[in-house]
Amino acid sequence: MAVANNKKSPAEAKTADAKSAAGKSVAGKSDDTLSKDFGKDRELQAYHDMLLIRRFEEKAGQMYGMGLIGGFCHLYIGQEAVVVGMQMALKDGDQLITGYRDHGHMLACGMDPKGVMAELTGRRSGYSHGKGGSMHMFSVSKGFYGGHGIVGAQVPLGTGLAFANRYRGNDHVCLTYFGDGAANQGQVYESFNMAELWKLPVVYVIENNRYAMGTAVDRASAQTDFSKRGASFSIPGEQVDGMDVRAVKAAGDKAVAWCRAGKGPYILEMLTYRYRGHSMSDPAKYRTREEVEKVRTGQDPIDQARARILQKKFATEDDLKKVDATVRGVVNEAAEFATNDPEPDASELYTDVYRESV
Amino acid sequence: MPIEVLMPALSPTMEKGNLAKWLKKEGDAIKSGDVIAEIETDKATMEVEAVDEGTLARIVVPEGTQDVAVNSVIAVLAGDGEDAASVEAPKAKAPAPAATPAAEARPAEAPQKEAPAAAVAPQPKVAADPDLPPGTEMVTMTMREALRDAMAEEMRRDEAVFVMGEEVAEYQGAYKVTQGLLQEFGARRVIDTPITEHGFAGLGVGAALAGLKPVVEFMTFNFAMQAIDQIINSAAKTLYMSGGQMGCQIVFRGPNGAAARVAAQHSQDYSAWYSHVPGLKVVTPSNAADAKGLLKAAIRDPNPVIFLENEILYGHSSPVPKLPDYVVPIGKARIAREGGDVTIVAWSMGMVYALKAAEELAKEGIEAEVIDLRTLRPMDTETIIASVRKTGRAVTVEEGWKQSGVGAEIAACIMEQAFDYLDAPVARVACKDVPMPYAANLEKLALPSVAEVVEAAKSVSYR
Repeated sequence: MAVANNKKSPAEAKTADAKSAAGKSVAGKSDDTLSKDFGKDRELQAYHDMLLIRRFEEKAGQMYGMGLIGGFCHLYIGQEAVVVGMQMALKDGDQLITGYRDHGHMLACGMDPKGVMAELTGRRSGYSHGKGGSMHMFSVSKGFYGGHGIVGAQVPLGTGLAFANRYRGNDHVCLTYFGDGAANQGQVYESFNMAELWKLPVVYVIENNRYAMGTAVDRASAQTDFSKRGASFSIPGEQVDGMDVRAVKAAGDKAVAWCRAGKGPYILEMLTYRYRGHSMSDPAKYRTREEVEKVRTGQDPIDQARARILQKKFATEDDLKKVDATVRGVVNEAAEFATNDPEPDASELYTDVYRESV
Repeated sequence: MPIEVLMPALSPTMEKGNLAKWLKKEGDAIKSGDVIAEIETDKATMEVEAVDEGTLARIVVPEGTQDVAVNSVIAVLAGDGEDAASVEAPKAKAPAPAATPAAEARPAEAPQKEAPAAAVAPQPKVAADPDLPPGTEMVTMTMREALRDAMAEEMRRDEAVFVMGEEVAEYQGAYKVTQGLLQEFGARRVIDTPITEHGFAGLGVGAALAGLKPVVEFMTFNFAMQAIDQIINSAAKTLYMSGGQMGCQIVFRGPNGAAARVAAQHSQDYSAWYSHVPGLKVVTPSNAADAKGLLKAAIRDPNPVIFLENEILYGHSSPVPKLPDYVVPIGKARIAREGGDVTIVAWSMGMVYALKAAEELAKEGIEAEVIDLRTLRPMDTETIIASVRKTGRAVTVEEGWKQSGVGAEIAACIMEQAFDYLDAPVARVACKDVPMPYAANLEKLALPSVAEVVEAAKSVSYR
């Protein structure tokens, strides 16, 4: 078990850097410009969507603690602004794919919380009928292509989804999410090469939450500015304040427009932070409580949105309380459903191994 | 309603833990996400975060308490508008004894699944080879040409089919299997990739998830080792993991097994590797007609198909029916030679040894029945078993290694399903248990030979 670091960790220093970097340049826009592009409806929607993910994940953590959810369970708490902002840059028919920290992506693209939670509990009404679990869920109708358990494997897959868009001659874009840990897998660079070579419409969204499991980025990466990881393939990239949903949306718009225009791939490095451990059994001894607390109190994406909403009088405290209550209701309903839904029938064991030939 | 805070489990195996420390005291306001306590197991110390909001009304389990059972109440929160002072500690529901077996304490295990006795593995139903219309003209061609024709026909038939791989387009294929495809179908559908097996295999799977029908050529299956994670974890398992929602219609094809004098890294037979995996189909033709008919079936099959060719067989010529749409069903073995004395099961290059051995054996009065398996998964055990029931003896031939090989699987099936019919133990002819050597004489020794098949057949016949 790693021993907590008493001295100020490099990661901590980076968090501060990231904040200042984000402050001065967020997709090249000032705070005022960002607000102008992100009006009342967006703010309220973002607040709702981020809160839904937060509460859903808290509930999932609780249900894991009660033994209702098994295996691995990787929570998205802290990173909500990334998927919610990016989703706002998409249109119907676009695709997204990610790794195993995937609950947030599923909720952001509109998948039913009941179906997601029932999959977490391994029940028959789960998105994969209980056969996939936390890391393996899909929804073709929402454009969500998983949910992949092998670190980095989703990167060539997402590149292939983009390839299919180009093959068919449509203008759809695939968001391919991966973390700072996956960014060191070789297949990522194999994908970068082909994506730029063939000008594929894929946005690589690198969710840099500062730790690959227990390893801080600077302990694992020679180049810690992940937005530069596409430089040798001439793929443009930029760092984005991933704790500010407005900045994410602005950067997403720009990247998606680039891809739709047929200019090839784009890299967005989201500077974000995961509050919880890597998975449920991670005591997170590789960072200090102060470090977590600092991000939580100073940069929380939901608190930021809430403060802006109140300050601009987009809604009152009471209005937001109603949103909170609605979200809690949805999450409790999902939990209730996922607890009572039966396990899959034994006959499901042998289904879906092969598709029947037509 | 006061809200109960329960002792959480940190892992599926945790049954109890120590309450090391309270970080909040009674009367404190609690926000969702606040760290309220620390708990310890033998493996780790973890923080307990509040999920609900309210005021910490009662601490039920004091800090320092050892062996607190998972799911017992450790504290009570007063909700919005409730008076914390009036909240009672739930005496009646005092911490469950730590000795409670996990199965009773954990709700997840409450809905005990009935033994899945009702679940029976489905047996695939496979159609027989198509009857050739009388007077069908047979055209002699190489396996290379047959494979090319199969791809061209399927690409003409279905716009979603495309071919990708190293040197498949402008170079016309490293082994000239894709000759002419670029000229007919253009660079959009016949795609030269960089040397990047892991990447393009994954890209192909992604395209298949999106509904295209890629034919991915590996220059040889030796190089597919770089890509095997994508083949197995992404292509083979996604249909199951998605509850049937997302299929992956893709063919991975290329030469497999030993060529000649290319040594260990370029001479491996992957038959056993891929045939191990549910979710994949594995096809291994030995002649031009099967190569054509099976590749067309593979491209149309809605599942990931591993199509194992053989470099030495590419140049072998054999008759192919001249029909507009000759498709051979996947999953059906072919009796290549009938005989009543001993069954020889082979596929791909093994068929060359098997058929020659059968001729030798015939000279000595032993009539061998030679089965060309053609598909390794799903395996046509029915045809094998029927033959062994007739002959009472069996020999398998493969270029892979013996341990955990396809021959081992066939022998086990025969033992399970035809034990009483056997007059001798099943014999396996396989590659010797060494990496493939380079020297000509050593390579010859490592590979199976006609003589070894003859000897094995005689030995199971006690001759």
